[in-house]
Amino acid sequence: MQDTQNSPFGGKGVIGFYPGCSLKGSSSDYSESVLAVAKAFDLELTEITDWNCCGATAAHNMNKELALSLSARILALAEKQGMEEVVVPCAACYNRLTVVQHELNKDAELKQRVVDIIEMPMSGNLQILNVMQMIDKYVAPRLEEKAITPFAHKVACYYGCLLVRPHDILKFDRLEDPQSMDILMKKSGAQPLDWAFKTECCGAGFSVSRTDVVAKLSGNIVKDAADRGAEAIIVACPMCQSNLDMRRPQINEYLRENINIPVLYITQAIGLAVGLSAKEVGLKKLFVPAQFA
Amino acid sequence: MRIDQNSIQELQQNTGINVNRCYQCGKCTAGCLLADEMDYPPSLLMHMLQTKDEELMQTLLHSKTIWLCVSCQNCVTRCPMSIDIPQIMDYLREKSAEEHKINPKSRDIVAFHRAFLDSIKYTGRLYEIGLVAGYKARTFHLTQDVMLAPKMYSHGKLPLVPEMVKDKKGIKDIFRKTKNNPLNSPQEDLQQP
Repeated sequence: MQDTQNSPFGGKGVIGFYPGCSLKGSSSDYSESVLAVAKAFDLELTEITDWNCCGATAAHNMNKELALSLSARILALAEKQGMEEVVVPCAACYNRLTVVQHELNKDAELKQRVVDIIEMPMSGNLQILNVMQMIDKYVAPRLEEKAITPFAHKVACYYGCLLVRPHDILKFDRLEDPQSMDILMKKSGAQPLDWAFKTECCGAGFSVSRTDVVAKLSGNIVKDAADRGAEAIIVACPMCQSNLDMRRPQINEYLRENINIPVLYITQAIGLAVGLSAKEVGLKKLFVPAQFA
Repeated sequence: MRIDQNSIQELQQNTGINVNRCYQCGKCTAGCLLADEMDYPPSLLMHMLQTKDEELMQTLLHSKTIWLCVSCQNCVTRCPMSIDIPQIMDYLREKSAEEHKINPKSRDIVAFHRAFLDSIKYTGRLYEIGLVAGYKARTFHLTQDVMLAPKMYSHGKLPLVPEMVKDKKGIKDIFRKTKNNPLNSPQEDLQQP
């Protein structure tokens, strides 16, 4: 049992969980590993009831009001369900929810219009945590002592675009050479490498409509990681993971090489470090197989 | 050349961005990962807007550039004037769809966005099988990635039943009430070649 006085989350309101669509589908291993790590550190996450898609790239590319409203509905639901904090593991959802809350808070007229559309009140005071912020706050204080089977491998920590940008709004980490994931991986026993593609885009939502672009952009990322001797690429975004992992045949074709470095979610690597099984962190679901457990 | 400040002024009012603050250093284009695919790289796009030439505005609404931008935010991050180019791209994309000026070469990208939004409209959450089916129906790329689906399924990454929001009316109302919604107009807003 947790001592509520010493527990970092004791005595606070419900901590919400917004999985988003990817974690319920093609990135179910991310969801499994986030929840398994949370459980291992006695962190209770409550899924927002009846959440909807944040709209992702498609909505803000096609219709600004639709994009604002879809994300606002999620924020309003979380508030209504008594949440003060929401953990959002998908980097794209985290980015959308944070940017939308920021945009509505700075424009009262726009906020009113969106509130009228979703027919729900919203205060705009939610703390939105990405997966690194969740780990940093609730897992990191006890990570080193609990890392009984250290993840002792050379890793390339890949942040992608949406975790750190735009900095004015997210206020999360350094823009060109972020460190938060490197620090957490070090605490899990890994050796994070210095490399050049930490925040370069993987091709994002072009996975289906412009697979050639994804093969090139993701190919450059995988190649640099390989050249530096990485044994794994660590990610915190379902879109990055699926592009680097599921599109590996196209990547290798573009590179004319056969690179088989696996791409793990940070919660999979940390989960293994604290003694969770490969099954518990969904390791079998990776397309490029990982032999760490 | 036709100087008509209306559409540029509208852009500036809508986005709150003053395009004249750009002094053409070119960092956005240097950092843009899609620049070599684009017909007008970001710094040139900024310069075209600065001319206030209505014809150039029309050229941009027809361009491939606006649909190739993946909103990775590299440009605005490195811009010494912090000009939010991705927001300008969002504005231009929405206007391009609204005015039926989408470049035919960007058809696949737009079809993907539409299939994505369609899926959300009906179930509230993205259903990946529905998304790909919708995309294929719109583009006739019927055989693309056929080998991927079975592998995703066998890796437990492809649920066969869609996740549904209970409050379907709430979601439909959001789609109905968001004005200028390109989904509410018939899909043929592609520019005729």
